[in-house]
Amino acid sequence: MTLTRPVASLPPGSAGLTPLAWLRKNLFSSWFNGILTLLLGALLLHSLVRFFQWTWGVAQWGVIPTNLPLFFVGRFPSDQYWRLWLLLTLITLMAGLTWGVLTRLSSRLLGPGSLVGLALAALTVIILPIAGDQALLVKLKLLGLLGLLTVTAWLGHGWGQQRPGLGRWLALGWSLMFLVGLWLVIGGLGLPMVASTAWGGLLLTALMSLVSIVLSFPFGVLLALGRQSPLPVIRLLSSFYIEVVRGVPLITVLFIGLIMVPLFLPGNWRLDVVFRAILGLTLFTAAYLAETVRGGLQAIPKGQYEAASSLGLSTPLSLGLIILPQALKISIPAIVGLFISLLQDTTLVSIVGLFDLLGMSRSILANPLFIGRYAEVYLFIGVLYWLLCYAMSQGSRYLERQLHTSH
Amino acid sequence: MASPAPPDNSVPLWRDDRVLRLGLQALVLVVVVGAGAIMVGNMNRNLQQLGRQFDYGFLKNQAGFNIGESILPYAPNDSYGWALFVGLVNTLRLILVGFITTTAVGVLAGIASFSDNWLIRRLNLIYVEVVRNTPLLLQLFCWYFVILFGLSQGGEVRRILGGVYVSKKGLTLPWPANTPAAWLSALALVILGVAAYLVWCWRLGQIQQSGRPGRAPGLLLWGLAAIALSLFCFGLGWSFPRLGDDNLVVGGVRISLEYAAMLAGLTFYTGAFIAEIVRAGIQSVSRGQWEAARSLGLKTGLALRLVVFPQALRVIIPSLNGQYMNLAKNSSLALAIGYPDIFATGQTTQNQTGRAVEVVLLWAVTYLSINLIISLVMNRFNQSVQIRER
Repeated sequence: MTLTRPVASLPPGSAGLTPLAWLRKNLFSSWFNGILTLLLGALLLHSLVRFFQWTWGVAQWGVIPTNLPLFFVGRFPSDQYWRLWLLLTLITLMAGLTWGVLTRLSSRLLGPGSLVGLALAALTVIILPIAGDQALLVKLKLLGLLGLLTVTAWLGHGWGQQRPGLGRWLALGWSLMFLVGLWLVIGGLGLPMVASTAWGGLLLTALMSLVSIVLSFPFGVLLALGRQSPLPVIRLLSSFYIEVVRGVPLITVLFIGLIMVPLFLPGNWRLDVVFRAILGLTLFTAAYLAETVRGGLQAIPKGQYEAASSLGLSTPLSLGLIILPQALKISIPAIVGLFISLLQDTTLVSIVGLFDLLGMSRSILANPLFIGRYAEVYLFIGVLYWLLCYAMSQGSRYLERQLHTSH
Repeated sequence: MASPAPPDNSVPLWRDDRVLRLGLQALVLVVVVGAGAIMVGNMNRNLQQLGRQFDYGFLKNQAGFNIGESILPYAPNDSYGWALFVGLVNTLRLILVGFITTTAVGVLAGIASFSDNWLIRRLNLIYVEVVRNTPLLLQLFCWYFVILFGLSQGGEVRRILGGVYVSKKGLTLPWPANTPAAWLSALALVILGVAAYLVWCWRLGQIQQSGRPGRAPGLLLWGLAAIALSLFCFGLGWSFPRLGDDNLVVGGVRISLEYAAMLAGLTFYTGAFIAEIVRAGIQSVSRGQWEAARSLGLKTGLALRLVVFPQALRVIIPSLNGQYMNLAKNSSLALAIGYPDIFATGQTTQNQTGRAVEVVLLWAVTYLSINLIISLVMNRFNQSVQIRER
């Protein structure tokens, strides 16, 4: 693949500008622009100064390090933390390998962007305010994970160049990871169980969004196919479901999961509240996923269907072998977008009394010790959410470029 | 003597396409209906055990809870039905104002990404990336707990931006007085607007006929604008809030902090998405259109307004529909910060009466109808901006 670097669409002749000429061109090109620049600049400077005054003067950051475990893993029993560390290590391993294999076609593994990213991550770990006697140990573990990421990425880069078929094993590895992750978080099969009330913080957010998107996948794909189907009953039912769910707010669907599902089940069945919330999120996400996949299905040219049936494939086979693989590949960026919005939408479970990252923050803020620390806590978790979502959206753009196989 | 079997009978029943289609549809129908019947049956049994039945009779009962703010008269001894209606009006009040503000913010931010000012482009990018990558609920909490509570801290009244006061009781803004003269002026402003539109059409007709506008319509337009401006400034009898005795704000209009936080949060959240839609729409207009407009001698602003934006609207409007629907749906998050919309009042009703199924159905029907109406209106609007082919 000859990847020509996408040339930034700069106007011609902007390369060799002196700083003064750059200022003139970009900030003071007309009197109106000049006034605007000065006004905005003054406002920006003022807010920055106020912000830094607040950060180092008024703000009391003690609430963050004291509650760091709560923010990240909720009330997960601390003697079982090793399970989460193990999970994190496994994820890092897989992530590194995937990264390496995906970039196998470019000659350099670490571009300037990823180097800066790694350095920033290391710096963040070093200055991270961790309270407690094990602060140093935690930081060393995190740095070790970063190192592991780099090493496995390098290994994956090499292996990927030798064996082109490695990508398939990665997909399998990630599916296994999902099951292993669930096992490590929930327990059972030899590990002590962890009650669902002990899950919280970022752990619960990640758990709920990941499980929901995975569960909604088959359902959403079936709905998408159903909506495209020539069979009227199936098409009508699918369209009805999709349109109704997309027409009501998520919080309604969550309430259906939390209040109505126990009513729909036989009297003696009980479903845990976390799983009911996941059910609500899944029902909701499936409708949106169906629309996303439908977009992919519509992008497949008719010729593909005709080619598949001229090969003698039946409808299920041609869908499974020819159409869906292409349609899903086209919709990957949109599915990542959907996952990002799902991750943000899981905050709504805090309204119904679960302790995800936002719900945990609210319960910390309700503690008399930390009353009124809204700005500090919300800024902290805001940065966390932002980092997660921004990293994912950048990653998906990267993936899109790597998977771009048309000419 | 046996006649040979007709050849089209040779396909066995289980491989006949028509049978398969019918069978599959029947199977799906049976499964869906069966599952639905089991669930409804379970629900009836469970409700019977709780001693309840599905009916909407409770709507006539006395509600007994308070609603923080409403523009309709409401007292706790009104019925549940009226309480829910008051909530619905509050929802509509939020989303209708939200449509206007979010469109303004979104279109401005979308156009700002094409500004030739570097600082504006950067700030715009930061705004869009921050808002789109953080949860809306967190943003609402920030608006409510951090910004608005922070401004109104210590129970004192604080003055921000000249005529705007903020206190624990809410935000007070300048507002036209509720006097006959003010209403007359508002009516006059509407009439002036219609007149200006007619004069504008007249001017366009002149341009089409003779290639240049006559003198009269231009002068008339300026005159109308002058009258409108003076009416707007002096006729409406603006009531500016000021600090009266006992540290209370007098005059102006007061909006609650909850409403202000919801409106600000929804506006800036949806605005960022609309900004991206507007940006994509403007980008979708081919470069040649810009160049053609430039070669006709139009400046950037005029080229954008007269040539590019009308074409971009064809791409923008269909996507805007989805954003308006999102805004309407997201307004249900009012529950989290205590603005009494249909969702919050429904939740209180549901808690007090235990009528979960009825209330959830009511919510679903309400939001579905709101979204349906938005869709219908936007589709109508969409038809009017599409290319009319000959």
